[in-house]
Amino acid sequence: MADLTREQKLELYRAMRLNRVVEEKLVNLYRQGKVVGGLYRSLGQEATSIGTAYALRKGDIAGPLIRNLGVVLVMGYSPRDVLTQYMARATSPSGGKDCNLHFGDPQRGVISPISMLGALIPVMAGIALGARMQKKDLVTMTWIGDGGTSTGAFHEGLNFAAVQKLPLVVVAENNGWAYSTPFRKQTAAKSLADKAAAYGIPGESVDGNDVLAVYDVARRAVDRARTDGGPTLIEALTYRMKGHAEHDGQSYVPKEELEAWRARDPLERYARVLAADAVTTAEELAEIDRGVSEEVDRDVEFAENSPFPSAEHALRNVYAEEASAAEPTIVRRLS
Amino acid sequence: MNAPHLGGTETAPATRGQTAYIDAIREGLREEMARDERVFLLGEDIGVYGGAFKVTDGLVNEFGEERVIDTPISETAIVGAAVGAAMMGMRPVAEMQFIDFISCAFDMITNFAAKSRYRTGVGVPLVIRGPSGGGVHGGPFHSQNPEAYFAHTPGLKIVQPATAYDAKGLIKAAIRDDDPVLYFEHKFLYRRIKEELPPGDWIVPIGKAAVRREGRDLSIVTYGAMVWTALEAAKTLEAEGIDAEVVDLRTLFPMDEETVLASVAKTNKAILLHEATRTGGIGAEIAAVLSERCFEYLDGPLVRVTAPDTPVPYSPPLEEAFLPNAEKVCRAARALAAY
Repeated sequence: MADLTREQKLELYRAMRLNRVVEEKLVNLYRQGKVVGGLYRSLGQEATSIGTAYALRKGDIAGPLIRNLGVVLVMGYSPRDVLTQYMARATSPSGGKDCNLHFGDPQRGVISPISMLGALIPVMAGIALGARMQKKDLVTMTWIGDGGTSTGAFHEGLNFAAVQKLPLVVVAENNGWAYSTPFRKQTAAKSLADKAAAYGIPGESVDGNDVLAVYDVARRAVDRARTDGGPTLIEALTYRMKGHAEHDGQSYVPKEELEAWRARDPLERYARVLAADAVTTAEELAEIDRGVSEEVDRDVEFAENSPFPSAEHALRNVYAEEASAAEPTIVRRLS
Repeated sequence: MNAPHLGGTETAPATRGQTAYIDAIREGLREEMARDERVFLLGEDIGVYGGAFKVTDGLVNEFGEERVIDTPISETAIVGAAVGAAMMGMRPVAEMQFIDFISCAFDMITNFAAKSRYRTGVGVPLVIRGPSGGGVHGGPFHSQNPEAYFAHTPGLKIVQPATAYDAKGLIKAAIRDDDPVLYFEHKFLYRRIKEELPPGDWIVPIGKAAVRREGRDLSIVTYGAMVWTALEAAKTLEAEGIDAEVVDLRTLFPMDEETVLASVAKTNKAILLHEATRTGGIGAEIAAVLSERCFEYLDGPLVRVTAPDTPVPYSPPLEEAFLPNAEKVCRAARALAAY
């Protein structure tokens, strides 16, 4: 099992709590109309994001999707980055150009996703390829949902990474639903991990709501990647506890299924494990929770006080050189 | 050689010191790879085989398999990997074996590469190149000119060389550019166009058109292989007393509007010529620019000479009917000159 220090185990707990509290705040802000676009929850999936990303080290590069709030937090982005981004403020990582978790910077270890699912896999393979050519010792990791594994880009990217033996870990989060489409309508495969065999790479399934188990399997995959063992496909079995986005009441989800998974809540479960293993006390966890709440409250205030971007930014940064004016100059004939 | 839409250029004898269009592309690639270790190539059959048309012939021997990468048949992975490597500071040049296959990577190009700088501030300096165009009986999927699909995508640059000089100068400029550049070379020109190239390290700047022939009566604004068609037409027209100017755009997007405007402000009439199909093509865009920006200078309608709105047919008489040629340009020019 996970070879983690007490401090690291508490760090995992704190990250999961932070993930959850940031989202709870976002729900409030969404209801107040302050999140100007959609809100994509990761409730119930926090252990998957955090357990996997925690297996990376400084210098490694992650390519998260919209439900991987925990990943960007582990990689060092702050709640204010996420809050300002959702609230479309000038202070957000994309300066108001893009929404939700669509931000990143290779220098900060995160590559921004696009909405076309699967697209990140070839791109992350390219990150790994470029790094190898530069003799950089780094591992890349990216996330995809059960729905995203049906795309051509998923196949092309994994196949290319396998042929090139690139240091890429692909985490397929099987949360049961792609918007309203259940797993059984997405694939005839029994397990997403089975798909690894087609690429000649290792595939493993893990309980995605057990953060230590997730960390373990991710750590093995990262170590393999770092020692030239090539890519790994991990299936994390978890559950999407909310709709596709905040507007979606998930009426298509069987209530009993939802209740069964609620009992497996990854955060409460981890708190119980920590207490049972005598790693920590209820008081210490409550102290961590208080610290998290204070941090998030400060960042919400920062985000609410942040200005929206000024309109002239709409025309900027299309190219490295600034383009000319958008309005044409009419050439008049001299009479 | 049967080259109805190009005229006599393909019969020019190879003389010592002359570089063919295809060799000019390779020279440009080689020079940039030698100059900058960040530059590498990836694509299908480009290594040992040297590419379907031999554009990259011999480069794997010179630079090794790490810098000339044979990939699976995966255009999305080719471009996606190029995007990732470019984000890491590399300078990838991705080959589409035929430019028709670029449609398989459309999402990666238009959504990932083109928007990255705007969305996140992360530039994607990559080049995607490949053989475009017809005239070689390639049929519907080996003859297309897809530039207009991409000219509608802010964040991309699109170049299309007509000469060996530009073929070399533009590939070098494209590789050095900090943004994604689509480099559409014309397969018909590969071994038919040759010229003596100057020594030394030079580029053809992106965003600059060239006036290939000066004239007073009307402007033929074109690019790619059609530059030669326009020049052939201009020669015929000259004998009839019509003095045509030929403007070679060289960069389609962002377009050098000033050179086009200056030409049309002088001749007051314009033919917009391209091998790609008509509706929504580059010609339509130029017509809009001319209407918007120099309406008062126009002494006649803006006339398009293009392929019709059909797929590219295979059989020689069908393809000949499909492709614009000098005679079609002359017919349009005569009518416009008489307007």
